[in-house]
Amino acid sequence: MSTRHTERRKRAALRWTVIGLTLVFFLIPLYGMLEFTTRDLINGGRTGKFWTTLVDVPQVTERYPALAEGFASSMALALITVVVMLLLLVPTMTWVRLRLPGLTRTVEFICLLPLTVPAIVLVVGLTPVYAWVTYLLGEGTVWLGLAYVILVLPYAYRSLDAGLRAIDVKTLSEAARSLGASWLRVMWQIVLPNLRTAVLSASFLSVALVLGEFTIANLFSRKNLQVAMFELGKSDGQLSVAVGLASLVFAFVVLFAMSFVGRKEKS
Amino acid sequence: MRPSGALVGVAPFFVYTTVFLLIPTIVVVVGAFADGSGRPTLDNVAALGGANSSFLPALQHSVVLSLVTALAGAVIGAVLAYAVSTARPDGLLKRFITSLCGVLAQFGGVALAFAFMATFSIQGFLTVWLNSLGLDTGSSIWLYQWDKGLMLVYLYFQIPLMLIVFLPAVEGIKPQWREATETLGGTTWTYWTKVAGPILLPSFIGATLLLFTNAFSAYATAAALISQASPIVPLQIAGTFTSEVILGQENVGKAMALAMVVVVALVMWVYAALDKRASRWLVR
Repeated sequence: MSTRHTERRKRAALRWTVIGLTLVFFLIPLYGMLEFTTRDLINGGRTGKFWTTLVDVPQVTERYPALAEGFASSMALALITVVVMLLLLVPTMTWVRLRLPGLTRTVEFICLLPLTVPAIVLVVGLTPVYAWVTYLLGEGTVWLGLAYVILVLPYAYRSLDAGLRAIDVKTLSEAARSLGASWLRVMWQIVLPNLRTAVLSASFLSVALVLGEFTIANLFSRKNLQVAMFELGKSDGQLSVAVGLASLVFAFVVLFAMSFVGRKEKS
Repeated sequence: MRPSGALVGVAPFFVYTTVFLLIPTIVVVVGAFADGSGRPTLDNVAALGGANSSFLPALQHSVVLSLVTALAGAVIGAVLAYAVSTARPDGLLKRFITSLCGVLAQFGGVALAFAFMATFSIQGFLTVWLNSLGLDTGSSIWLYQWDKGLMLVYLYFQIPLMLIVFLPAVEGIKPQWREATETLGGTTWTYWTKVAGPILLPSFIGATLLLFTNAFSAYATAAALISQASPIVPLQIAGTFTSEVILGQENVGKAMALAMVVVVALVMWVYAALDKRASRWLVR
């Protein structure tokens, strides 16, 4: 009894030492960002002016149009990416499960393929494709979303696959079909509501990835949030670091909230 | 409905991935062996290995950088994952750490470079603080070198990635295995070397390989941190976009990209084989 007790105490001590040390390593640079953005370089001391600037939307739009543009583009990109990803993956994966189980491996392979193609390589290969996209759809930054769908494919596939595994799609859809529902209705009213959690987590992951995307946008010279932040860093260091810290905190809040959503529905 | 009719349902998916994934891949592979006007040639590949080419050193830097940060990140991350796995499953601590790691591992990019500049550069708070204590930290040039600063920054997203990838494996360990070892007279040492170690080893190696490809493909952090030279492959490829194209070398960037794909594909292939073996013991 007592050996088990000391054993447990020893393990708790180890846990706190390891977690404490790594947290210090993780938090020091983040603290560095906070410290840097609250420096008053002109008068000395501390100032919160970069943070008040950041939440003052009209002022940002006026003084930092690139930043406002990048933010708006990233929001639009997130929306487009999520919509196209869901339209593409949910029906395909359901359909493969129902009617073409032989294609499961092929679809999985394609969806996980982007893991082996670094974004920087994708940019090289996408150049001619985007020449066509620009020709057909125009120069808008939002069309980057079409490539972002490929980037989020592996993560979205895994979430949705886990969701589909948990429900009996076949029985559900056969029941609906035998009651006279069309395939569209099966998709919209039967499959989708049952996949709520998986769709939500696939969407959240996609949004977070899109908001953090830099490589493709930068090399195609389109302005999204990260590119705007990167370029702002050359002229206004403190504000750009504030944007960086704010984006990290935002992503953290999204993920932290998500960890509660997923659990609740399971139990 | 006939099977051919059912195939119509998956057509959009295949068309889309062909346009945005397959064609780009083919462009890279074919382009690596074609000259500016599309005739087959080996010049691009030869140019990479040329005497005055900066590609081979960059490839070497990339491999060393990825290898070191993958190994160090894997070891530290694995210990962290074990520590976190002993915490309460639904506790706040665990949620906090996994969320934090998720952010640092995948969404950092440019912001991570900023964080390190705000901390370690000549005006960074840690440098200023150490100087005020009377410690001379020297110049801050090390932060912008691939084998020092870049390694440190890469660790900052490698350790969190290891936690995320490896935590499920550590959590798959059943307490009964430890109890069984103890009942049979085994010590903690036998438990780790004969039971838990061998079970976790394939997952550990697999996760390390994943970390390697992650560091090898990373571009944003390095681009934001290093503005002078192009010491690693992703920066070299990006350089072919922005610098002037030399006649006859239009497709050298594609050859570099192909070299990257070959390295990553090899590593991922080993990873897939190991993953299959690892999942034998762990119910996911």
